[in-house]
Amino acid sequence: MATTTQAPPARPPATTTDRRRRIAARPAAWIVWGVVIFFFVNLLGVVASVLVSSFGKRWFDTWLPDGYTTSWYARAWDEFALLQVITVTLEVSVLVVGLSLLIGVPAAYALARRSFPGKRLIFLVFLLPILMPPITYGIPLATVLYKFGLAGHMSGVVLANLVPSVPFVILTMTPFIEQIDPRIESAARMCGAGLRTVFLRILTPLLVPGILAAAILVLVRTVGMFELTFLTAGPDSQTLVVALYYSMSASGIRAQQSVDAMAVIYTSMMLVLLVVALRYVNPTQLVARVKDEPEH
Amino acid sequence: MSDAGPGRPLAHWQHRLAERGIDRQLWLLVPALVFVIALFLYPFFYGLTLSFQPTKGGPLSDYARFFSDSYERGTIWITLRIALPAALLNVLAAVPIAYRMRGRFRGKRLVTTLLVVPITLGTVLTAQGLLNFLGPTGWFNRTLLATNLVDEPVRLTHNYWGVFFSLVITGFPFAFLLVLSYLSGIDPTLERAAATLGADWRRRFTRVTLPLLMPGLATTFCLTFVLAFSVFPSAVLVGNPAGETRVISLAAYQAAYEQYDYPYASAIAMIMGFVELVIIAVVLAARSRFYTGSTGGKG
Repeated sequence: MATTTQAPPARPPATTTDRRRRIAARPAAWIVWGVVIFFFVNLLGVVASVLVSSFGKRWFDTWLPDGYTTSWYARAWDEFALLQVITVTLEVSVLVVGLSLLIGVPAAYALARRSFPGKRLIFLVFLLPILMPPITYGIPLATVLYKFGLAGHMSGVVLANLVPSVPFVILTMTPFIEQIDPRIESAARMCGAGLRTVFLRILTPLLVPGILAAAILVLVRTVGMFELTFLTAGPDSQTLVVALYYSMSASGIRAQQSVDAMAVIYTSMMLVLLVVALRYVNPTQLVARVKDEPEH
Repeated sequence: MSDAGPGRPLAHWQHRLAERGIDRQLWLLVPALVFVIALFLYPFFYGLTLSFQPTKGGPLSDYARFFSDSYERGTIWITLRIALPAALLNVLAAVPIAYRMRGRFRGKRLVTTLLVVPITLGTVLTAQGLLNFLGPTGWFNRTLLATNLVDEPVRLTHNYWGVFFSLVITGFPFAFLLVLSYLSGIDPTLERAAATLGADWRRRFTRVTLPLLMPGLATTFCLTFVLAFSVFPSAVLVGNPAGETRVISLAAYQAAYEQYDYPYASAIAMIMGFVELVIIAVVLAARSRFYTGSTGGKG
């Protein structure tokens, strides 16, 4: 009885400290929101300056360009052979997504369901390509690919981009498979389904959301992947981001605005992908790549 | 009986392996393993052996060449001078902001979505935008001039600061989203318990939340650092690739694609990987001293 009457008066002090905290934290809150807004304003400025410049006729020492035109887009489209570049980008991305799923999902299944000697070591091997910066392993990889005559055209670009993509699929799919009840598979096995039937008829339909999420994440990363494509691409196998880099580093030859127009095309492509991606995945998933690694 | 003879030892052998967890299902791992070995481990060791077979001199002469030339050796310091402060700033700025935003509020999804944008844009586009925005006639300098904060345009591109800002723009959202996901993994009742025991918000943060968050922060720092350490496009485009921002990845690239000296390029790539792994090992060793239990916030 005494405890029940004691309990209610314990609440008010808690709420008063809560209120006091909120008042005391107010300047801090202003600073935090100020920093966030400052960041976003600058980010907006960075993106908008590219956008405005791509539509501007002449833009030198003024706040805004003298006039507006869309002709830079037509020029960029012709000058940089963007149709071919975009085709290559899409082909590479689709191949990388498809192959990395084909290779990665079965491995993720084995890692999620089985325990066997050396599992940790194998997991570490799959983790390494994600932890290493692309340039570090990209240069030896490009050397090997050139040695076998694979680099310089599309097969090399696809192979190089698979290196971080396959581990990425494995790392995102393993926790997803772990949460599927293994008894469903056992039941299918009892009813006489073989490994392949279980995979195609039982698991794949259940895995579709996870596969979709992994696919779209790999797609975003492949379209945006600069280093590996840059190191292995030949003149006719450049993806959009690499072509953008080359046109920027050779600026002075080309009009600044047509480079900007190309950057806008790249941006809008990425934003479309991003909008699609965010329908299926949480924003944090786009970055939390190794979050689901098991505890050491 | 004749086919039971060879069959039995085989079954016996398979059975013993299956008891240890090795059976036919593990064939599912084979494509991925072959792939990682062929395209990651083999090139890596190929590069490693290649770096010990320089075009001239003894096995270690390419390493000696790198460390004896101050222009080359300096790239390590240049890279660290850009990558470490950028990674530190990104993580440290992310903590208070994520701490404030960890609860539910209207527009949280919008803020997180907006933050993903620079990550997906990538360094090349960020570089292009920074050149326009921070350049001497860009909007940033115009605003500073118009508000009389400075007398002449501040030089922010084609030097250290251009690269630094590009790393902050791509790295901060990355760090923020990671820290936010670690923070939301910490059980909020712990902090409420501390509040009931009379701890003010400062004590609750430093004694309860921060220790639980530390492992996550270490992981975030490592990942942000890896991103910043391999900075390449922005160092060329908004930096000064001949001097102030000649980072180590640029030195490796030039050795491979401008001098076609693959052994030397491999040696630089190995040095680069080694330096990076040392830093990560130090951070992870420090991380293992913190509590990494099941309360969340773990890395």
